[in-house]
Amino acid sequence: MLTEKTMEKLRILAESAKYDVSCSSSGTVRKGKQGMVGSTVGGVGICHSFADDGRCISLLKVMLTNYCMYDCAYCINRRSNDIKRATLSVSELEDITMEFYRRNYIEGLFLSSGVVRNPDYTMERLTAIARDLRTVHRFNGYIHLKSIPGCSQELLNEAGRYADRMSVNIEIPREESLKLLAPEKDHQSVFQPMKLIQQGVLENKEDRRRYRHVPRFVPAGQSTQMIVGATKESDRDILQMSSMLYGQPTMRRVYYSGYVSVNTYDPRLPILKQPPLVRENRLYQADWLLRFYHFKVEEIVDDQHANLDLEVDPKLAWALRHPEAFPVDINTADYEQLLRVPGLGTKSAWLIVNSRRFGRLTSYDLKKMGVVMKKAKYFITCGELTSLFSQPIVGINELRPERLRPLLVSKAQQKRAAEERQLKLEFEE
Amino acid sequence: MTIYVFDGTMDGLLTAVFDAFALHEQPQQLLMKGDALPLFCDHTYQVTADEEKARRVWAGLEKRLSREALRLISVSWLSELRELNQPLFHYLCKVFRQGDIARNFADPDVLAVTNIARRVMHEQLRMKQFIRFQKAKDGTYLAVVAPDHNVLPLITDHFQDRFNDQPWLIYDAKRHYGYYHDGKSVIRITFEDEAAVPFNLTNGKMNADVLSENDRLFQDLWRTYFKAICIKERMNPRKQLSDMPRRYWKYMTEKN
Repeated sequence: MLTEKTMEKLRILAESAKYDVSCSSSGTVRKGKQGMVGSTVGGVGICHSFADDGRCISLLKVMLTNYCMYDCAYCINRRSNDIKRATLSVSELEDITMEFYRRNYIEGLFLSSGVVRNPDYTMERLTAIARDLRTVHRFNGYIHLKSIPGCSQELLNEAGRYADRMSVNIEIPREESLKLLAPEKDHQSVFQPMKLIQQGVLENKEDRRRYRHVPRFVPAGQSTQMIVGATKESDRDILQMSSMLYGQPTMRRVYYSGYVSVNTYDPRLPILKQPPLVRENRLYQADWLLRFYHFKVEEIVDDQHANLDLEVDPKLAWALRHPEAFPVDINTADYEQLLRVPGLGTKSAWLIVNSRRFGRLTSYDLKKMGVVMKKAKYFITCGELTSLFSQPIVGINELRPERLRPLLVSKAQQKRAAEERQLKLEFEE
Repeated sequence: MTIYVFDGTMDGLLTAVFDAFALHEQPQQLLMKGDALPLFCDHTYQVTADEEKARRVWAGLEKRLSREALRLISVSWLSELRELNQPLFHYLCKVFRQGDIARNFADPDVLAVTNIARRVMHEQLRMKQFIRFQKAKDGTYLAVVAPDHNVLPLITDHFQDRFNDQPWLIYDAKRHYGYYHDGKSVIRITFEDEAAVPFNLTNGKMNADVLSENDRLFQDLWRTYFKAICIKERMNPRKQLSDMPRRYWKYMTEKN
């Protein structure tokens, strides 16, 4: 039976889970079934609410328990922290999930846990809840399970039959930094379960080709997360890791979590007045370039530019470094080229490719379609912009990048970037 | 200048298209009954909605446009916006002259209709996100909404599919009708006496005497969770407002 005590436990365990940023309910379409409650919609999923920090709430993100035997420096739940600890009972958690779901508060459950006793024991309990939800409560909504590093393959295989998505967090992109902050962990312990899940998915695909009714295994694939700003990794290290992960067939999302100073007493960690939000934002933009804009990681960051420019977005930064790629003719360039124009997104590129079959497009048309002309106009030619009677073209090649750049950076952006750079200084030894 | 005046129904608009071709003229404007006539109009024509004519025009559109484009037109109509009439009318006329122009977004009429349809689609998604059910003593789940556009017809399939084993009612307080799912099928309902319904239309709250026993507890649990999941160091009310505009808050459990 649920009581006031449950409420307190839910509060504690949600607060313990909130630094895990993954939340999406995407990646799998599953229609409702007779006798079961729930469905998954695919696409980008459904966000049911937005918290005061602006982050979406799609799944009930909660830990089964925040007791943990590990002592990872960056984690709020490390065993040496003096915080309130709680454990939800299996029936409490299942009741809350079902009742929330039926009221359309959530898309499903994102269950994680501190490691108690040993990895197998913990994973066993997570799996039991997923199994119960599917078989006893006939729950057909989204389930995201954290897989506990070091648990057995049998448990992973069972969990994967009930979960839509599974995830193991890398947290720190370089192994030596990870070992410094979390001596009990190494990269092997993270990549091993990832590999096992991938193996399971691929075998399942093969089986389903032969027998149509084989139940699906982790249909929405895997995700992972890296903490940004807790260690000395450059954006290049982080993005190379992401790019490598996206090369794996089942990795769907890599999340970046700006480090929030939770354990200020630990000398191994930097003390940040606020999380590096601009940097985190730039990393997500770069991530989007990798996934939807056909960019390669070497184009976004390289030896000279190991960190992303905080003042301008990574696509604009790339364009400013490569004036030779412009101007792009809106009326003839192919889709990939259009995607590289600052101010053009996938949506406007799609609109352009479709519309220009009917006639030449002008800058007026582009503006109407929602292209950010303030940026794009320096990088394109189109209809009247090329005509002899219009004003002379002033593009990136006429202005040169160094004179164009100040025109495209607002005071507010400069200020935000400067503030964050100051934060970083404290980090240097 | 020729002006057509129609009754504000979809049939009326389609009839206007029919008449424009039958009379061999292209009116500059299509107005709704009650709209103010502009100065210097020398010829107005009253369109009388005709089901048969409308059906023929729609059949003609079906021949010329893709299913996707037709759906977009139906969706745009649910916007209930007056500024849709004119571009939609011109768009449909152009289809009969120029063929399938549905993807010519440089055409101002096509773009206007597409953008309005996109707004409607955006709002139907928001309904799927932000609808909050309360459970009544008899087991019915109730949600009250007041969307800008008439989007309920677009979301019933989703809720029927998802909550097929629970009876639910989604009621549009602005348009005074709702959809009820009895566990098998979805029916459109209206209340004869809206004042007597056991819930408050302005904040969506169910009266205490019909609310199921532990519903209040789950509402409180949800509010607790909503507060706990926020990271104080990252407060960003602007992003919250852009993703979850304030006009939807009044029916949302966590914000009341």
